Amino acid sequence: MVKLVYFAWVRERIDKQEEELELPAHVVTARDLLVYLKTLGDGYAAALEYPDVIRVAINQEHVEHDEPIAGAREIGIFPPMTGG
Amino acid sequence: MTTPAPTIRVQSEDFDLQSEIDALTAGRTDIGAVVSFVGLCRGEQNTLSALELEHYPGMAEAEMQRIAALAIERFDLLGLTAVHRYGKIAPGENIVLVIAASPHRQAAFDGANFVMDFLKTSAPFWKKEHGKDGKAREWVAAKDADDSARDKWA
Repeated sequence: MVKLVYFAWVRERIDKQEEELELPAHVVTARDLLVYLKTLGDGYAAALEYPDVIRVAINQEHVEHDEPIAGAREIGIFPPMTGG
Repeated sequence: MTTPAPTIRVQSEDFDLQSEIDALTAGRTDIGAVVSFVGLCRGEQNTLSALELEHYPGMAEAEMQRIAALAIERFDLLGLTAVHRYGKIAPGENIVLVIAASPHRQAAFDGANFVMDFLKTSAPFWKKEHGKDGKAREWVAAKDADDSARDKWA
């Protein structure tokens, strides 16, 4: 099981702040995860329509989309940041 | 010389610029320059009632620590403070504060600039606009200009 946390419009479209999921074995990288999540429903599909713009953090550190997610406790999925 | 530990905070309440500068410089005689930056909420021609700042608790602080450590190392800063607010912030109110201290001015200017450029593009905060009509509007879109500003430090 891995904990997924969502923020900003990704959170709004998926309509969840966080969830725990058992991921299928073919989900190896962060990109695989985004592609898999897109299949889970309309909200996921809307949130992750353009996966290239989505940012991923593993255990609260930014990662590239080709990063393996094995061993992750928490994966954050969110839009480009607009703080400051 | 020991590396100074930065002061990093993520909070809903406002901050006071002078108090933060005083805390950074108290008892120090090695600091010759302090540069501060305060980011405020714009009213956008009086159409905005508030910005709502969402953040990733835990990661926001961690990422600000990572950015601060890079800046301290790169510019040999003697002190660094970064405070970012979350929650609803009205036009005219403070959003973010960066203070950099160094022996001479250039490092303090560059350090504060560097921290802001990275804060905008890699600290996990998101802004949503709330209109004067009371309705939530769009999430603020990320700007390519902010990525370019960050990339100039590469």
